[in-house]
Amino acid sequence: MSEALVQRDIPDAPAPGESYLTAETGLASWLLTTDHKRIALLYMAAITIFFFLGGAAAVAMRIELFTPQADLLSDDAYNRAFTFHGVVMVWFFLLPSIPNILGNFLLPLMIGAKDLAFPRLNLLSWYIFIIAGTLAIYTLLAGGVDTGWTFYTPLSTAFANGHVLAAAGAVFIAGFSTIATAVNFITTVHLLRAPGMRWFRLPLFVWAIYATSIVMVLATPVLAMVLLLIFAERAFDIPIFDPLRGGDPILFQHLFWFYSHPAVYIMVLPSFGVISELVACYARRRVFGYSFMVYAILWIALVGFLVWGHHMFVSGQSMLANLAFSFLSFVVAVPSAIKVFNWTATLYRGQIVFDAPMIYALGFIGLFTIGGLTGLFLASIPVDVHVTDTYFVVAHFHYIMVGGAVSALYGGLAFWWPKITGRLYPEGWARFGAVMMFFGFSFTFFPMFVMGFLGMPRRYHVYVPEFQVWHVLASAGAVVLAAAYLLPMGYFAWSLVWGRRAPANPWEATGLEWQTASPPPVENFVTPPVVTQAPYGYHPEDAGPPALDRAAHRPQGHQP
Amino acid sequence: MNPLTLWPVAASEQAARIDTLFAGLLVLSGAILLLVGGLLLAFGARYRRGSHVRRGELPGFLRRDVEIGWTAGTLFLALFLFWWASTLALRGNAAPPDALEIHVLAKQWMWKVRHPGGAREIDALHVPRGEAVRLVMTAQDVIHSFYVPAFRLKQDVLPGRFTEMWFRATRTGDYRLFCAEFCGTQHSHMGGMVTVMEPEDYTRWAAVQPREQDLAGEGAALFTALGCAGCHAPSAAVHAPRLEGLYGRSVPLADGSRVQADAAYLRDSILQPKRAVVAGYEPIMPSFEGVVDEADLQRLVAYIQSLGEAAR
Amino acid sequence: MSDAAMPGAALRKPWRSLRRQREAAGFGLWVFLGSEVMFFACALTGYAVYRTLWSEDFAAAARETNVVYGTLNTAILLTSSLTMAAAAEGARAGLRRLTLACLAATIAFGLAFLVVKGFEYREDIEKHLVPGPGFALEAAAAQVFFAFYWLLTGVHALHMSIGLGVTGTLLWQAWRRRRPLRSPAFEAAGLYWHFVDIVWIFLYPLLYLAGRS
Repeated sequence: MSEALVQRDIPDAPAPGESYLTAETGLASWLLTTDHKRIALLYMAAITIFFFLGGAAAVAMRIELFTPQADLLSDDAYNRAFTFHGVVMVWFFLLPSIPNILGNFLLPLMIGAKDLAFPRLNLLSWYIFIIAGTLAIYTLLAGGVDTGWTFYTPLSTAFANGHVLAAAGAVFIAGFSTIATAVNFITTVHLLRAPGMRWFRLPLFVWAIYATSIVMVLATPVLAMVLLLIFAERAFDIPIFDPLRGGDPILFQHLFWFYSHPAVYIMVLPSFGVISELVACYARRRVFGYSFMVYAILWIALVGFLVWGHHMFVSGQSMLANLAFSFLSFVVAVPSAIKVFNWTATLYRGQIVFDAPMIYALGFIGLFTIGGLTGLFLASIPVDVHVTDTYFVVAHFHYIMVGGAVSALYGGLAFWWPKITGRLYPEGWARFGAVMMFFGFSFTFFPMFVMGFLGMPRRYHVYVPEFQVWHVLASAGAVVLAAAYLLPMGYFAWSLVWGRRAPANPWEATGLEWQTASPPPVENFVTPPVVTQAPYGYHPEDAGPPALDRAAHRPQGHQP
Repeated sequence: MNPLTLWPVAASEQAARIDTLFAGLLVLSGAILLLVGGLLLAFGARYRRGSHVRRGELPGFLRRDVEIGWTAGTLFLALFLFWWASTLALRGNAAPPDALEIHVLAKQWMWKVRHPGGAREIDALHVPRGEAVRLVMTAQDVIHSFYVPAFRLKQDVLPGRFTEMWFRATRTGDYRLFCAEFCGTQHSHMGGMVTVMEPEDYTRWAAVQPREQDLAGEGAALFTALGCAGCHAPSAAVHAPRLEGLYGRSVPLADGSRVQADAAYLRDSILQPKRAVVAGYEPIMPSFEGVVDEADLQRLVAYIQSLGEAAR
Repeated sequence: MSDAAMPGAALRKPWRSLRRQREAAGFGLWVFLGSEVMFFACALTGYAVYRTLWSEDFAAAARETNVVYGTLNTAILLTSSLTMAAAAEGARAGLRRLTLACLAATIAFGLAFLVVKGFEYREDIEKHLVPGPGFALEAAAAQVFFAFYWLLTGVHALHMSIGLGVTGTLLWQAWRRRRPLRSPAFEAAGLYWHFVDIVWIFLYPLLYLAGRS
């Protein structure tokens, strides 16, 4: 092992160079910081607020759906609730969550850089995000939008009576933040890798963020233009999608999904990266088929651009188009399957520790597998015709984006929390929370597959009584799920005050981010790291992980 | 439907075929899920930290073979599923030339159906069993979607163009009809029933239907389109007088007088709602002067009249 | 020159070498231009779809645009790209006066473009070519064409204005010696300017030459 990868002798000795958290104090030192680690925390604060807001809308919907009649919300209020839930969760929580919190914090650390390529641009993207988010919250306070997050025309341009312009404006502005961040990430990965950090020595998390950034750069502008067209049509009555004046509402759907399908991959690709890091660390093994994992990520990013039409099998597009999009959708399923198999195979002959991040990761693999397999149902044209626009689809994408991406976010936060804050959280509570999230999620969303198959359409405020039993199950599960989301916030906050100080590398993980102090100094590394070998060096290339004595090799910082 | 049933009723030719595919996918997915889940659990138990099992490294070529093996296997499986699903989609694609053609007009928030003989219905569709039925659909305002779960069929209905779907019902009975594409405020109310009848019953039914759209039916459409239903519907949150059984009744007004709810009163109330407010209600209704013309007023009044008769 | 006089040449935080630091501005801008390409590509796809659907209406509508203004603007913009390229090369070679002169010329051409555009917009409004009530043309989809006309030229003009702002800032900074000529900003600004120019090269035939062959 090179010097840079060798464990420091006394990991929790105070490192030279002061921690980024204490180097400067005062509000201005945070609001004007260009340190990627502090900006990551700024994002964490903002995104947590949006998670609460979007979650509150979900809670309102689940309460309303407890009975078939309208009791809590009027139809307009319900429509506004699910639109707000969608807009906020997609653009202000899921899209920015892992890239902007974990990516911002870890990307420079993982490649041995001092910061992102454009530190001031990084801060600017946060402010743009805040402006966009403020506008989104204004939309809610002003009375909301009732178009669904998809803004389908002509409903959004001519018929909806909510604040469509403000909502579209919020999403439009958020796009600038996304693009700026993505440009920053791509430039950083290309130009700021440490000496010896070749492309195929990059951790998979970096690959995932890199691929995500490329998708962000190429897809987000399409959404921006579509929103601009909607804006022009609604505000100035300029005909673009209006069927009465020669426009075509289906064109809107094509352009919208050309963005929004890749956006699904923007939401889920980063979590692939997180899970690869977690599985390798807690199985104490090199990731099985590293290069296949890299190609799978790139394959998904590329082919993800070519499958948008599978959202439109019943929109009236031609059978030929349906067949082509169906084919490509089946093809894009292959790399996802490869990733699941590789994660599973990484466990083989490992030294597996079931710490909280690993439980999140295993939960992710299970839920993502279900989400991915139901994707096959939706790629089959005849089945899709039956279950599209029903709760089956709702369940499917929540399995990917909530069961998948949110599990990965929580797992990643638990994994890197000691690095970010320098504190250890209570492991028992964390494991309990991770298990609870898996079961809470399953109880909430599995019934939706059933009622979707039975024919319960989505976006229904009142429904026919035969679906009630499934809605009650889902609402009950949501209570557990909500608790599982709140619990980590509790013990994370607890750890900030009472948690034990974390050593530099509490999980004995590889990766450059663990070779510096916890929390890292402002410049990230006291001595610039040099990389001499492939990632995930948990064991020699030609032998498995050494047989370990159970007691002696608890990970450091593990609480009894 | 039994509330705990797991499989929806299949009432069309297509439904049976799609159910086979669905079941196939279910079995296959279940097998893969069991495999992945089983391996996760098995590896988790066997290779838990400190267990005494062999942990030597596999030779590199074996790892590569395994990787290429399951990549190829998954790809093959994906292509097989594509072939299966697509042949099925193509098989059910074209409607037979002799299919019964029924026109459907969707609008916020109702389905209007017109049969070949001129029979019309709203939020309902009667079809003969065993005969191919082709629906030619268009929308008046926004995008809707005609969805009958028991037929496993769904088709978006678009403004400014016609879309089609066809089916052959195989079981008599009443089946739910939903709007599956979000279409605004009362999207979840936009549904009805599809009734599959024996062919001879259908012929008899069609023969006794009113040939022309009656005024009340058009009034009902206006009632929804103008947003009246937003306040006057039974489920509405706004406190507004119910209209069922209103026609011809004596109504107490806020100033203590009473008035006969006849056509003239209804007409005035639509145009100048603040003039004669019903006791116990706030004067919050907007005026529709300039919004509705005479013909519309006639239709609206006819509709309210029909509500009165229905309640009696 | 000392580092203080050449802030652009100083090694800033994340960078380990000046060469990499210089490379970054251009690289980042190229990535961003990828984004811009998709932005315009989206609208141009919409245009292409409608032109296929309504080819005759589009041709009829395109004949109503003012080809004289459009051609004049094409010439102005192409020339401005030449002066911009010269400015970037001049900056690289350290030729201060050439750089300043070329930047100033670029700004002048850019402003001329916007002025011509303004005249054209005024004429369009007078001819009732703004979609909506009172629109001048009969053809059904002519309004759709003009929707794209206003949108594309408007968004392009907005990009021009941003480019003018950037170029103006650079001119001022170079003139006051606040920014060294070796700064990568000149080349980056040039890249952006050429991109906006290229967008126009797509818009010109689509909006002005269509229907005139």
